[in-house]
Amino acid sequence: MKTSHRILYTSLIITIIIALSFTATSAQEPTRQPSDNEVNAVAKQLYCPVCENIPLDVCPTQACAQWRGLIREKLSLGWTDEQIKTYFVEQYGDRVLAEPPPRGLNWLVYIIPPVLFAVGIFILYRAFVVWRQPATQIETSAKPDPAAPDAEYIKRIEEELQRRQ
Amino acid sequence: MNEKQPDTQIEEAPPERKFPVWQSLAWILVIGLLVILALGLIRAQKGPVGVGEIAPEFTLTTFDGEEIQTIDHSGQVIVVNFWASWCKPCEQEAADLETAWRYYQSRGDVIFLGVDYVDTQTPALAYLEKFDITYPNGPDLRTRISQDFRISGVPETYFIDRDGRLAYIKIGPFQTLDQILGIIDPLLSE
Repeated sequence: MKTSHRILYTSLIITIIIALSFTATSAQEPTRQPSDNEVNAVAKQLYCPVCENIPLDVCPTQACAQWRGLIREKLSLGWTDEQIKTYFVEQYGDRVLAEPPPRGLNWLVYIIPPVLFAVGIFILYRAFVVWRQPATQIETSAKPDPAAPDAEYIKRIEEELQRRQ
Repeated sequence: MNEKQPDTQIEEAPPERKFPVWQSLAWILVIGLLVILALGLIRAQKGPVGVGEIAPEFTLTTFDGEEIQTIDHSGQVIVVNFWASWCKPCEQEAADLETAWRYYQSRGDVIFLGVDYVDTQTPALAYLEKFDITYPNGPDLRTRISQDFRISGVPETYFIDRDGRLAYIKIGPFQTLDQILGIIDPLLSE
């Protein structure tokens, strides 16, 4: 083998090794810098336990700023929204989530509103039926009752009217 | 002679009051909800664990990965300090707590535990390095420890006596080292 060929092959191998090692290194490093919008998209799904009822994306405290920094760091490592939320739950508990996970007593949050809605509809239906009943009864019992004093009175008036004709 | 029978009125039995199943269920639902609401409110209104009460037992996983269970330290005085790297008042007492720890460390009957509340790891480690804190510190994972102690914020420090009862609670930062020593010394002489 010619010396020039040997040098060429050696250079090629070295280049490939360098390229591979660079690729392996860059895979572990942050791939890109996420935008503020991307960070806030995740942050607004989380709540800081320190600042109650304030979503993380608008929370002004230093603690929240650190959390947003952590979200940015995780996003830059290629983590998905779900992975980041899971990480936050593992670190800080379920209460960081805007929507509590459906387990344990949290189920009540998901069950009670539709149940109450259904019960409300049923109560309205029942009330509607009850309100309708007297009107129906009046319609069906429209025949004059002869025993009633009104009927006797009307009868006398009619007789009087006939006599005068 | 026929006795005139008094007119007997047949009293109709009052109609049985119907109480439909759906009404029973609705009442059970409402009462259940009220009970849950009441329990939640009672829990929310409770202050920190009181002095004289048995202190909550917990396991702290330190930043180094070591697991420390308070039950393994019964018979010792345990100082539990809740802090965070974002908490400026915590910085006021950090150096004094470390000095107190070094003062008692050789005795072996006092242990300090730092519980990092709702914090992120990188700034927390920087905080520990800044104040050269050497006693065990770890994150309050899922905020279980702080919920057990029902803390209201940071810094808060809980002193547990040899019997496992809460002997003293400090809300806010210590101003001097003597304040800390003044709480621990009597507990050691008991």
